[in-house]
Amino acid sequence: MSENFNLEIISPDEMVLKSEADEVSIPSFEGQMTILKDHIALITYLRPGFIQVSTDGKKEVFFVEEGIVEFSKNNLLILSSTVINIKNLTGAIKESIIKESTTKLNSNEINDKERYILAYKIESLKEIAQ
Amino acid sequence: MPSLDDLRKRITSVKSTQKITKAMKMVAAAKLRKAQENAEKGRPYSEKMKNIINNLANSITEKETAPKLIAGTGQDKTYLCVVMTADRGLCGGFNTNICRLAKVNFEKILKEGKTLKIITVGSKGLDQIKRDYGKHVIQKLSFKDRKKISFREAEEVGKIILDLFYKNEFDICLLFFNNFKNVITQIPQAQQIIPAKKEKSSSEPAADDFYEFEPDEDEILENLLPKNISTQIFKAFLENAASEQGSRMTAMDNATRNAGELVEKLTINYNRSRQASITKELIEIISGAESL
Repeated sequence: MSENFNLEIISPDEMVLKSEADEVSIPSFEGQMTILKDHIALITYLRPGFIQVSTDGKKEVFFVEEGIVEFSKNNLLILSSTVINIKNLTGAIKESIIKESTTKLNSNEINDKERYILAYKIESLKEIAQ
Repeated sequence: MPSLDDLRKRITSVKSTQKITKAMKMVAAAKLRKAQENAEKGRPYSEKMKNIINNLANSITEKETAPKLIAGTGQDKTYLCVVMTADRGLCGGFNTNICRLAKVNFEKILKEGKTLKIITVGSKGLDQIKRDYGKHVIQKLSFKDRKKISFREAEEVGKIILDLFYKNEFDICLLFFNNFKNVITQIPQAQQIIPAKKEKSSSEPAADDFYEFEPDEDEILENLLPKNISTQIFKAFLENAASEQGSRMTAMDNATRNAGELVEKLTINYNRSRQASITKELIEIISGAESL
């Protein structure tokens, strides 16, 4: 029996990915989480980080800033308005996002939750460079 | 009776108008296809979002602690109406239809003695509304200078609405836009987005939907509901864009046809009066020759 389940990643503009996967790891708000087949039905939301999809040994990585995840009956659904395939996240775009977030982080108008999210965003983006 | 010269000028002018409307029709048709595609692409997102929210709302047991965005403020004194129209005219009844529906609702709200606040999105709606309801308009938005309406714009509008909500500026928020049914039919719609109307759950029994929530339901809902507002607005944007192009296409098609008919009529008129003047001249010559 195959160990695959259905995966859909949807942004408001388009269907980003619709395929099968055997392992998906997502940056859930309370920590990184890996979903395998027959996982319990689950709803959670995301913080900035990477979605790693592996299908038959092939790996694809997406950067997300936020999103909502639903898993039920072996259908994994990820809704996010900011999904970028790592391949398309070039240096210039990355730099501009980091810069924008850093200035926001340093301003005093944000609350702790936003600070937490922004910190993760910058950290994950810097990770790509390495 | 217009002179021959006048008629000739008139025909040329109608013909050039026809050229313009024909070109606009073609452009609208091309844009329509794209807008329709976008609207279709955007549909899964909003539908899945709705499903998740339904699932969540069903599993919330204590109604008192439910987020205000879904439960409402418990009052209905102040209405916020968001009227979404186009930035350009010449698209048939598109803008007028939305405004007409909006005005009917405004009237009702004011008659019940409730406070009315209006946000207009798109400049054409503002033009039509400000004459009668100008003093109720609290904010006017226009994305005329943006090349493409993306989710970012919808988020901007959503943020403005949410800020007002958290400041207790209104109790109920209505969204006015045109729903795209097909090229000929667009239905103006009023949709209540705050508090979110609970849709009747689908035929699927809720019994086997045991979800694990991480973090708990309330927190997820709090995070999700603001996003849902933006999603609804984005959906309205997409539907509106498709409707606008569809409406323009039919309007311009009609205009082109009318211009064609007008040219035909004018040409007949022109030929008749030309013939009349020739006959007149001939009679004059003949009667002149006879009298000699």
